[in-house]
Amino acid sequence: MSVKIKHFPGEEIETRDFREGRVLFESFRPKARYAWSAGIAISRFLEELKNGRILASTCSKCGRIMVPPRIYCEKCFKPTDGWTYVKDTGVINTFSVSFIASDASRLKEPIVVAVIELDGASEGMGIVHLIDEYGDWRELKIGMRVQAVWKPPEERTGAITDIKYFKPVRE
Amino acid sequence: MFGKKRVAIVGAGVTLFRRNLKETGKELAYHAAKMALEQAGMELRDIKSVVLGSAPDAFDGVHMKGEYLADGAGAYHKPYMRVFVGGGTGVFAPLAGWWHVASGQFDTCLVVCEEKMSSCFPHPQYAFTTIFDPILERPIGMNLIWIFALEMHRYMHKHNIKKEDIALVSVKNKRNALDNPIAQLGANITVEDVLNSEIMAWPVQRLDVSPTSDGAAAVVLVSEDVAKEVTDNPVWIDGVGWCIDSTHWTNRDLYYPDYVEYAARMAYKMAGIKNPPKEIDVAEPYDPFDYKELHHMEGLLLCRKGEAPKLTREGVTQRDGDLPICPSGGLLGCGNPIAAAGLMKVCEIFWQLRGEAGKRQVPGDPRTGIAQAWGDLMQYGSVIVLRR
Repeated sequence: MSVKIKHFPGEEIETRDFREGRVLFESFRPKARYAWSAGIAISRFLEELKNGRILASTCSKCGRIMVPPRIYCEKCFKPTDGWTYVKDTGVINTFSVSFIASDASRLKEPIVVAVIELDGASEGMGIVHLIDEYGDWRELKIGMRVQAVWKPPEERTGAITDIKYFKPVRE
Repeated sequence: MFGKKRVAIVGAGVTLFRRNLKETGKELAYHAAKMALEQAGMELRDIKSVVLGSAPDAFDGVHMKGEYLADGAGAYHKPYMRVFVGGGTGVFAPLAGWWHVASGQFDTCLVVCEEKMSSCFPHPQYAFTTIFDPILERPIGMNLIWIFALEMHRYMHKHNIKKEDIALVSVKNKRNALDNPIAQLGANITVEDVLNSEIMAWPVQRLDVSPTSDGAAAVVLVSEDVAKEVTDNPVWIDGVGWCIDSTHWTNRDLYYPDYVEYAARMAYKMAGIKNPPKEIDVAEPYDPFDYKELHHMEGLLLCRKGEAPKLTREGVTQRDGDLPICPSGGLLGCGNPIAAAGLMKVCEIFWQLRGEAGKRQVPGDPRTGIAQAWGDLMQYGSVIVLRR
């Protein structure tokens, strides 16, 4: 955007060009399916979710209790040393009230998503999950205590969605 | 002296930024590259190496986008590479260009960034779904805007910042963009307009966000010997920095971008900058959302943590303020063709330091400017220091 440049190239396509069918569309839906490896640490984590427990891993060098668990500590760059359970309660570290879906379309009812710091994990160690049973979203606050709401044991599949959501705990 | 050769920018080019452009990505890359060469008074045969930056292939729906765009970027029969570090790409690409020349391997390097987000329907945001962890995050229904909203909310909470103060950034940048001939969304809006705009993912509202765009930008980098031959007005790359944080983004305190600070410290050390707010005359931090400009001013050490909203409120960051921030209009005003938007910021600093920015020119004969971009899972910072 220099004063020495008089013309900046680019021809705009306007909304009416779409509306009036002057834009070529080609749809492509790949039939690809993915079987992602859950990995050594997260496979154990998922197995424990089936049992209604949240697994963390520990590093003896930096002393962190880490969730989601991992087989190596990225800070110390050494193997983690052990496994431990953390609680299914914690506090909201941050949250958002979303009125849009992942394709940017509008939602009728908002979804609340949060980073939840779990009790028993090192400070600041959170997971991302949904919040529900909150009443009015304007009442939600960072720092609020929450608890996991689990699927019944027979419906669990060893997935992060075995926790349906977290709900505020009234104290 | 860092590297074997000192490196200068001697030409820059930018296309229009628009929601939909008729040109293909290759055509946009060609226009930007050609403009940068013409400004430098050079031809493609003078170019010894080419670096291209572009964001996810899913936007274009064309795999191997680097290869696809090569002809338009002037790479035919030349050493060529594409770099990609998410939203950080637009400033990382000239850093990659810098090491091509600073190493002494090449005298010249053409750096081109292109993005065409209009191809992806219903909305390019959807193409971002695959950035999230497939086992732990995607089953929850993750959405790109959520992570910005989570970060913005944490930042507001930590420093007790009001949305009114954040909205001032959107007001400023969209107004600055009115003086930018390439801008998509220059406008005179008010804080109330931002606060009354549609809620997307609280606390993010429609006017807190930059639009999706098509566009391209380019710069020509040369060694000191070549710079002396082609121009009396080189702009030197005196500092480069880049840094990544962990993909375990739920394990970090999102209120402050440490990785941007580390990238900035690397660049400042190289440039000999000890007091950034005093020594930097103009800055283009990455502003895809209004709070990001504030977040990045703090990460870039242009002020203390939590102090950026106050400087904004006091007018310090206006084009005629003591520390002009995003005089181009930024991504909020110009549009956000991801990689091209980052490189546009480098072009703007280049033109500001050469005194060619016209109505956007910041007063006081600026000598030192910085541009910064940010990306991936809120974890990548790239910083460049330019001087004349």
